Amino acid sequence: MTTVSRALRAREPRTNYADTNQESRRFLRQAGTTLFASVLAVGFVLPLVFMIVTSLKTEQQIAAQSILPQSPTTVVLSAGPFAGGEFEVFAVPLPSGELRSLALVRPGREASTFIDPRDPTTAIEWDGRWRALEPVVVLDPTFSNFGEAWSALDFLIVLRNTGVIAGLGMAATLISSTLVAYGLTRFRVPGKRLILASLLATIIMPGFVTIVPTYAIWLHLDLVGTWWPLIVPHLFGSAFNVFILRQFFLSISRDLDEAAMMDGASPLYTLLTVIVPQAKGPLIAVSLFHFLFAWNDFFGPLVYLAGVRDRQPISVALFEFFGLFDTAIPLVQAGALLSMAIPIAVFLSAQRVFLRSHGHLVGALK
Amino acid sequence: MGGRRSLESREQTRGLAFVAPWLVGFSALFVVPLLLSFAASFTSFELVETDGRSLQWVGLDNWRELVSNDDVLDGVLVTLRFALLYIPVSLLVPLALAYLLTSRNLWAKGLFRATFFVPSIVPLVAAMMVWQFFLNDRSGWLPRLFRSIGIDPPLVLGDPDWVLATLAFISIWGIGTAMMLYIAALDGIPQDLYEAAHLDGAGSWQLFRDITLPMLSPVTLFNLIITLTGLGQYFLVPFVLLGPDGNPEGATDFFTLIFYRETFVFFQAGYGATLAWAMFLVVLAVSALLFWTSKYWVHYEYEERP
Repeated sequence: MTTVSRALRAREPRTNYADTNQESRRFLRQAGTTLFASVLAVGFVLPLVFMIVTSLKTEQQIAAQSILPQSPTTVVLSAGPFAGGEFEVFAVPLPSGELRSLALVRPGREASTFIDPRDPTTAIEWDGRWRALEPVVVLDPTFSNFGEAWSALDFLIVLRNTGVIAGLGMAATLISSTLVAYGLTRFRVPGKRLILASLLATIIMPGFVTIVPTYAIWLHLDLVGTWWPLIVPHLFGSAFNVFILRQFFLSISRDLDEAAMMDGASPLYTLLTVIVPQAKGPLIAVSLFHFLFAWNDFFGPLVYLAGVRDRQPISVALFEFFGLFDTAIPLVQAGALLSMAIPIAVFLSAQRVFLRSHGHLVGALK
Repeated sequence: MGGRRSLESREQTRGLAFVAPWLVGFSALFVVPLLLSFAASFTSFELVETDGRSLQWVGLDNWRELVSNDDVLDGVLVTLRFALLYIPVSLLVPLALAYLLTSRNLWAKGLFRATFFVPSIVPLVAAMMVWQFFLNDRSGWLPRLFRSIGIDPPLVLGDPDWVLATLAFISIWGIGTAMMLYIAALDGIPQDLYEAAHLDGAGSWQLFRDITLPMLSPVTLFNLIITLTGLGQYFLVPFVLLGPDGNPEGATDFFTLIFYRETFVFFQAGYGATLAWAMFLVVLAVSALLFWTSKYWVHYEYEERP
């Protein structure tokens, strides 16, 4: 009985005005919120749009001050008295009130001769100053800036340098941070609170605080100008990664690894065969964070690799490139775009990892 | 008893063995350099030795110079003035965006999250190359946008009165992580809290003030720490955008820039170490203050559980 009446009611057309009203109001609210967010989002990434558009311009187009990479149109007339000549096209307001795209064949001060490219045999005399006319423009993007920026940056060498620094640092921090996080979560380590405080301290303290003696030591070892000062510190674990891994290790059950230890497995063996296989997600997250860190790291490479062009990673190479070409606006924007492409691609292809790791971090903060 | 004791000490030894990399690294890369830095602040230490002068003990000279030097005072003031703009921007913008992006009324949430996050993973140097020309008075889009609606914009990067506000504005490109953390935290607030309070007659502002803000407070503390950390290391943006000298007219001569010039341009590393140590003391004091006050405004979930 009830099922039948419900089924019947479901088939009835919706005539309840209060209901549709509510629904359309909800729709409007959603559309409004989304529109508002869209406007903000467009404003937020507008500089990126500016970068892309500008990187497609020539220097002349920059000087012409148009928003888009445009060029004036020209036509080659096929017949008539001006056949074979190439002429610029303008939007000409005719006495009839019509606006037509005409080729300027004979410019004059107060009157000029135009020709409609579709009817090249008829000349049109037009009274007025042609310089006040709007040229007809077409989109005319240039792609040569990327090639130029690529070679000016020595992009392949820069990629190699960044890759070596990021890759070795990543391997180092993955191994050391995993060991430290494991030690902190599975053993009764004396002074654990102090150790956690020391981790936090290195996050809070600016690197400037220790750079003078550290730099002096690397200088003494004659290793300034090499990659070592940028890689070696990661051999000892970095606080942020230890925190992320520690939080994850705390969240996975101890049963499995305790069983393995009971069976006589050594702690290291347990870590490698029981814990690490479960922690693939966080380990990938740590690798990605390190990659982005290394791609972005500036102060270290700036002081340790100043002037050593063939060893500089992307950030410092980009800075020196910027210093050299700071008046070539399209070239600079193309270089910026080149340097952003890889991190953005990495982020877009691994969005989930980023989202999940933020969730983990919030879990750790509570 | 004895066996148990040895088991425990064996566990401690093993634990220490795993934590050892950090203990070594923390000592070698933090504690020892910090102490050496302190020692160096009483010397005439120079990174690159000039005209055969040797390392000399100068007592409190560097510290006296630090206290009496007007440039240093200006650097501190620039940093403080910037902090007044930078801290609110770094906390309120991500909170507001996170609130918007978790709204039930928003379509395509994932797309918006990605859009607002992306600028914070692009290389900061590249971002500055973009901003420099985006704000450029001749060809930049922002001044043109202002002119198209009839406002004549100031030279946002060239006017000492505007430049710090501009830097704070640019810093909204770095809010990605803070926003994502707020989003994760907002998603994690149990809905029944709101429903219960709603039944008790609480309005939306009350819900925000009495439920949302306290539930977000651990993330707010974290974001505040990260913001202050960012402030302590604030160097790249003014350095790349406006050069190493704090242009225009010293309006962006941050403490960090002074430190960089003294240490790596003039090689006065003894004095540089003094500046670094002063920075250490300030950061230490500010963090201590922050953690002490956090007792009063940070709400931890586990306290609520019986």
